[in-house]
Amino acid sequence: MSDAPPPERLLDVTAVTRRFGGLVAVNGIDFTIKPGSIVSLIGPNGAGKTTFFNVLAGVMEPTAGSVVFRGRQMVARPRRVGLESVLWVLPATVVGGLAAGLAGLGVIRDQRIIALLALVAMGLLIAMLLLAIVRPTWYSELLGRMGIFRSARPNDMVAAGIGRTFQNIRLFKNMSAVENVLVGMHARLHSNLIDALFATGRAKREEEAAERKASDLLHLVGLTGMDNELAKNLPYGDQRRLEIARALASEPALLLLDEPAAGMNPRETQDLIKLISRLRRDLGLTILLIEHDMKVVMGISDRVTVLDHGEKIAEGTPEEVRRDPRVIEAYLGTPAA
Amino acid sequence: MSAVGGLGVQPRRFGGPRDRLDAFAGRHRSISLILGMALVGALLPLIVLLPPFNSFQGQASWVDGFTNAGVFVLLALGLNLVVGVAGLLDLGYAAFFAIGAYTYAYGASPFSGLEIPFWPMLLVGAFVAAVFGILLGAPTLRLRGDYLAIVTLGFGEIVPIVFLNSDTYTQGTNGIGGIYKPSILGYDFTLTNPWPFYIVMVALVALAMAFCYRLIESRLGRAWDAIREDELAAASNGINTVTAKLLAFALGASTAGIAGVFNASKLTLVSPDQFLFVVSFTVLAMVVLGGMGNVWGVAIGAFVIYTIQSVVLKQLNTFFDRTGIPILRDIDFIQLQFLLYGIALVAMMLFRPEGLFPNSRRKRELRARATAGDDALAVPAETAEGLE
Repeated sequence: MSDAPPPERLLDVTAVTRRFGGLVAVNGIDFTIKPGSIVSLIGPNGAGKTTFFNVLAGVMEPTAGSVVFRGRQMVARPRRVGLESVLWVLPATVVGGLAAGLAGLGVIRDQRIIALLALVAMGLLIAMLLLAIVRPTWYSELLGRMGIFRSARPNDMVAAGIGRTFQNIRLFKNMSAVENVLVGMHARLHSNLIDALFATGRAKREEEAAERKASDLLHLVGLTGMDNELAKNLPYGDQRRLEIARALASEPALLLLDEPAAGMNPRETQDLIKLISRLRRDLGLTILLIEHDMKVVMGISDRVTVLDHGEKIAEGTPEEVRRDPRVIEAYLGTPAA
Repeated sequence: MSAVGGLGVQPRRFGGPRDRLDAFAGRHRSISLILGMALVGALLPLIVLLPPFNSFQGQASWVDGFTNAGVFVLLALGLNLVVGVAGLLDLGYAAFFAIGAYTYAYGASPFSGLEIPFWPMLLVGAFVAAVFGILLGAPTLRLRGDYLAIVTLGFGEIVPIVFLNSDTYTQGTNGIGGIYKPSILGYDFTLTNPWPFYIVMVALVALAMAFCYRLIESRLGRAWDAIREDELAAASNGINTVTAKLLAFALGASTAGIAGVFNASKLTLVSPDQFLFVVSFTVLAMVVLGGMGNVWGVAIGAFVIYTIQSVVLKQLNTFFDRTGIPILRDIDFIQLQFLLYGIALVAMMLFRPEGLFPNSRRKRELRARATAGDDALAVPAETAEGLE
């Protein structure tokens, strides 16, 4: 689980399969990304791109296969997850059952001891709850010790360093641009409930620094001075940029862009291409994008992976992929004989 | 520019007392809020000495009524965190009120034989209610909207029924009586003097409001806003939605727990019929009418509604009894209160869905949903998202 991260691989996907009932949306895909590269995922509609993307983002658990990010196992087929509920319920049930049993048999006659045992049972349950909420890392450690593996959820992916945008823009529409970015920063801020209730200096300093950083990020994506504009009032192209700024706020190492150029005019697309190249150059980001716009794909990708019917049919540099007969077939159909 | 004055914008008077006051309030939100509440707390008993209020009832009764209204203000502030801020519809909120009240009843009554002082019990009541909030929240968090509302409704029904039927431990319908009243520095609170309870309540409300503001403006409050707007986007931006929602439930419940402890100590009696669905509904109506998400709005909403319900309706009865107008004389206005609530809620939803004192962001959301039908339809699309 904690093998040394192979330096040439940031993301390592092995044999990921996802079925929806009888439909195999993604079938045994192997996929790796080198640090600092821009990789595109293309394919006709229904090829399984978004499903694959959702697996990487933690939105969806695969039916089989695993995802390793920076040497850490993020997603795998769930193992012994049934034990998790046992961990919660069993200790309390044993103590409670013991109390009920002993009282029923007449071994204990003192009501106070029975009440005490019942309280202990309740306490065990509450202790688990508090552990899971107050110290989530200890809780997952405990799960790991018991051999329970639970695939990462979206927020775990963000914490690990994978940021994403959405195909159909999902900004917080009624929040200002800067607030959207601040939400994106959530995983990197540490002020907790106590800080909030007692307005500690730590929380104030952190918040001020976060606001400055959010402004800088808006500047980076070209939304200078739009800080207090409501997200829904921004023009379409700017909304896409804001989504990128929000994803960047979590300081990702890998940025997943789901059709970032969808619905953009040629000028906006050009600006986007420049922005993506700049992100790699200035921030050293690794980028995976799903895209239909071939100008974007061929213009900036180091490598292109082509999916069709849930399977990987080609992989290579944009030039190689462009000439691959299977790719041409998938997009244009077989030439008439 | 002279045009500024023409547009009705106040020209800035640097250094003026008004300016300095605003600057102070901006920098020290909590201090100014507590000072503001102290002022309100001092003025209310004086206002009721003036006509027309003095004709309704004496000052002592007014002060006692304000204290009871304060219980509902606390409840509304707590429910506002759950419903107004985090966007989780809770129809069984009275359950936590009940849990707080029974906690105090066990902690300080002849029934249990314990005599724990009131002040630490405020915290104990808050903690116990928070634990139950989490216990209710943990299994139900995957539910959305309507389903969550139904589960909380069930919980709100179960709790009073459990208290009603476990006779041995709760004395059933009779409830637990003879609960000890608070005392401070050797001074005992009494039934006849409403002032100590009133002062404690003003302090509790001021603290609760200050905490609410701080929470809403913190990282956690931002997370709640994000979850209310778009849960999947919130999770995909690093927010642990499970923890954030549980915290909303726990904090809302703990406020109700404090209100419960206070109410039990004031009434010296807890019985299951104090915590029926009516209470949950009333508090929810207060939150909606006051303005979901806005701390002051919700507090004022709760205060006004409670005062109307407990004073004005009662006075209308006596007033019309005295005048002897045939039909009006026979109407019992107290029995009409839910009809009036219903009418007020329907009118509100039609004309001002954001409430009397709306939270600006909440107002934008509700207005957007009302005007753009496609926006409302776009919300459940997240289920389709994953299916390509």
